[in-house]
Amino acid sequence: MTALTSRHTDRAGAPARHPGLNLGHAHREGEESREEMVFGFWVFMMSDMILFGLLFGTYVTMLGGTAGGPGPKDLFDMRGAFFETMLLLVSSFTFGMASLALKYRDDRRVLVGWLLVTLLLGLGFVAHELYDFHRMFEAGGVPSRSGFLSAFFSLVPLHGLHVTVACIWLIALLGQLAVHGLDAQTKNGLIRLAILWHFLDIVWIGIFSLVYLGGLA
Amino acid sequence: MNDSTHWLLGRLDASALPFWDALQHPTTKNVINAVIASGAASMVVLGAIAVVIGLTWTRRWGWLWREWLTSPDHKKIGIMFIALALVMLARAVIEAVLMRLQQAFGLDGGFLTADHFGQLFTTHGTIMVFFMAMPFLTGMINYVMPLQIGTRDLSFPVMNQISLGLTAAGAAVVMISLVLAPFSTGGWTGYPTFTGHAANPGAGVDYWIWAVTLSTLSSTLSGINFAVTIYKRRAPGMSWMRLPLFTWTALCTAILMIFAMPPLTVATALLALDRYLDFHLFTADMGGNMMNYINLFWAFGHPEVYILILPAFGIFSEVFSTFAGKTLYGYKALVIATLAIAVLSFTVWLHHFFTMGQSAHINAVFGIATMLIGIPTGVKIYDWMLTLFRGRIRMSVPMIYASGFLMLFVLGGLTGIVLAVPSVDYQVHNSLFLVAHFHNMLIPGLLFGMLAGTNFWFPKAFGFRLEERWGRRAAYAWIIGFMLAFFPLYALGVLGMPRRTVAFFTPAYLPWTLTALVGATIVLLAMACLVIQLWVSVRDRHLNAMPIGDPWDGRSLEWAVSSPPPEYNFPVIPEVYGRDAFMLEKERGKAYQVPDEFPDIVLPANSPMGVIFAVTGTAMAFGLTWYQWWMVLLAAGITLAAVIARGFCRNTTRTLSGEEVRRTHLTWLAQVRATTPVARSREQSTDNRGLPVPPVEGAIQ
Repeated sequence: MTALTSRHTDRAGAPARHPGLNLGHAHREGEESREEMVFGFWVFMMSDMILFGLLFGTYVTMLGGTAGGPGPKDLFDMRGAFFETMLLLVSSFTFGMASLALKYRDDRRVLVGWLLVTLLLGLGFVAHELYDFHRMFEAGGVPSRSGFLSAFFSLVPLHGLHVTVACIWLIALLGQLAVHGLDAQTKNGLIRLAILWHFLDIVWIGIFSLVYLGGLA
Repeated sequence: MNDSTHWLLGRLDASALPFWDALQHPTTKNVINAVIASGAASMVVLGAIAVVIGLTWTRRWGWLWREWLTSPDHKKIGIMFIALALVMLARAVIEAVLMRLQQAFGLDGGFLTADHFGQLFTTHGTIMVFFMAMPFLTGMINYVMPLQIGTRDLSFPVMNQISLGLTAAGAAVVMISLVLAPFSTGGWTGYPTFTGHAANPGAGVDYWIWAVTLSTLSSTLSGINFAVTIYKRRAPGMSWMRLPLFTWTALCTAILMIFAMPPLTVATALLALDRYLDFHLFTADMGGNMMNYINLFWAFGHPEVYILILPAFGIFSEVFSTFAGKTLYGYKALVIATLAIAVLSFTVWLHHFFTMGQSAHINAVFGIATMLIGIPTGVKIYDWMLTLFRGRIRMSVPMIYASGFLMLFVLGGLTGIVLAVPSVDYQVHNSLFLVAHFHNMLIPGLLFGMLAGTNFWFPKAFGFRLEERWGRRAAYAWIIGFMLAFFPLYALGVLGMPRRTVAFFTPAYLPWTLTALVGATIVLLAMACLVIQLWVSVRDRHLNAMPIGDPWDGRSLEWAVSSPPPEYNFPVIPEVYGRDAFMLEKERGKAYQVPDEFPDIVLPANSPMGVIFAVTGTAMAFGLTWYQWWMVLLAAGITLAAVIARGFCRNTTRTLSGEEVRRTHLTWLAQVRATTPVARSREQSTDNRGLPVPPVEGAIQ
């Protein structure tokens, strides 16, 4: 009974329960269903985090398995990794700006502008990472060379694959913006993509610290 | 194989046919094996053809598409999950009987080739875990949980369709492998290096990898869906300590699915990288480490056994309290025990490989952690017994399964405690003792639970009760068959007979393997009884009809609606005032009331996403297995396009008018008023129309 009344008073005009969700002129029923969506996505992120956590663990246990092949110091390029980190961190910032525009600005052009900048940075990250892998391949750092390289290439490209998928999702959402405008469902998509985008940032910080900084230390 | 067909068929050629080997080398043994394998393959093909012809003949394709395949209704998806589980159960039981036959005649040989026997135990294990148990419990939770918490559907109905599609695709791949053989011989655990490319380059392991991967993705999504639904969609007043116990176990299982399925996804994906792209993660050379696979596998595998058992615990809790006519004893203790088991399940995975070289100290820690699980489980057993204590127990079919469970599960648990001692484990590991132990947990635990649940909730789903006599026969045959089939395996294990062995040379094993065969035959009879039970029940459905919907004097909200329930479940979302919500309504004389108003109801619209995922999932797995890259790319492209297109779709709901709901509901309520209530003692007779005599304070029924 108490749960019922508290939900009613909530509907009657108390501030929304989730600070990230009070978007412009959205009405309250919309926000309730949105909360369920966003919560579900957070749970999915937890599950995804387990994937990365296990691959990090596998990578650490395989550090010694170079089988006489090239190791981290022979293959990793700190400048490239730092550049990729910057691209991704700035893209997270620009996505943050897009989220603010989604929340406070009626002008859709600002939102789309920030989203496009984010997309370019994301694609730039993927492109540079591919270039980086290419460079490693040239230097003999192919996954079939050793257990260490296999572990590296099962962890780092999975993150890159996630970023690629996130970019495709962003393009699809820009398409939805063009077709349907900024309706509830497009907003839902943007909110969830933002969570994924920042999540991938956090994973990358793990990769940068553990794989690149740790490997070159 | 010439180049012109190679791009189309990949490495698939005539040698994949199950009788090819026997044509090339027609020895007696090869011919016998080919006959068995071809018989199984033709059953798959003929079964598929029969379904297609049947549907065309009765003009039911449109009906199947609209009412079932594209339906987002959690109840229909649940039923489809369970139907899939039953089909797969039939196949895996037949395989089990074949294995028992082989070992009964296995002294100095037997009739199966080692390779065929390897495929049998691999498919048996893989199917029973991933395509029988998982869909069975997922279907059960799907059907019952939303009704119990008083909501209209899961949080993400289309994702639910996709879960079903992915599991169906995995099951389809395992079935296809009967026709275009072989399947893996690496056991359901698929340990490298045996399953690596160097030792096993054929298609079998790849079939296994993709079937299992599809299943894990499906279960991860199901877990997310269930957990979010229970967190966010409980009816007003349904606080945590008022949740029916089945829903509690569903929540814990869902959380385990979310966290324990990814390790297996990682393990199989990395094994695939080893096999397809020449990685060296689990190889014996080049710095690979197969122990990583074993750790990853059991980081999934141990929580998995609790994923399997917890929903069964929930079902037994409902069955015990309903058929004892009492509220559950020690509800809070049961909830805490469930949570404790869920947490502890992540701390014991190492006991699956005590013998693989870690230090005695580590083994001791994991041995003790394993024994700790006995404590919350013991609490549950006592709570159930005390629920029964001084109840007026009706021994209906679910209660027979539950009683069998109570006794046999304790035995299985005790052998688990024995195995948890590392020094004992060294003696019996990899022997039939282990096989006996986990079957002793999973058959009386999981399977009896699911069968009890089927008998318990079938009338809810279909509007008529399952026939009692054949149900009893099935239950007793399962219990006796199980005991005869698996208790001898304990003895065989202690005598030193290894598991997964095609032949043996010790005559002392023979009496035990023969006894086990008798048990397996009785299990086969139990399966036949289940089929007859279903057939008789459908035949007599008008006699056993119970449209009112409460045949067992039920306690939770699923019994408060008609049978079968309307697609919106509740015309008005109920308010909950305590534990055993519906029993409370009945006690206060507030059941079956007319709501003040009937607002319009918004329901999810039909969607083809589940079917698309089933088809593309099957195609991707098949293409990957046989190196048909065009099919993989095509299926992946279609999946991506479908997901993106779904994002653009805006007509995702449909509205049912309140007027229509009112008419349906009032018709049913009129039927309630016109029905004669039946006392609990007569609930197994044909008088039972699903309306029990209302409870009176102090009255004994």
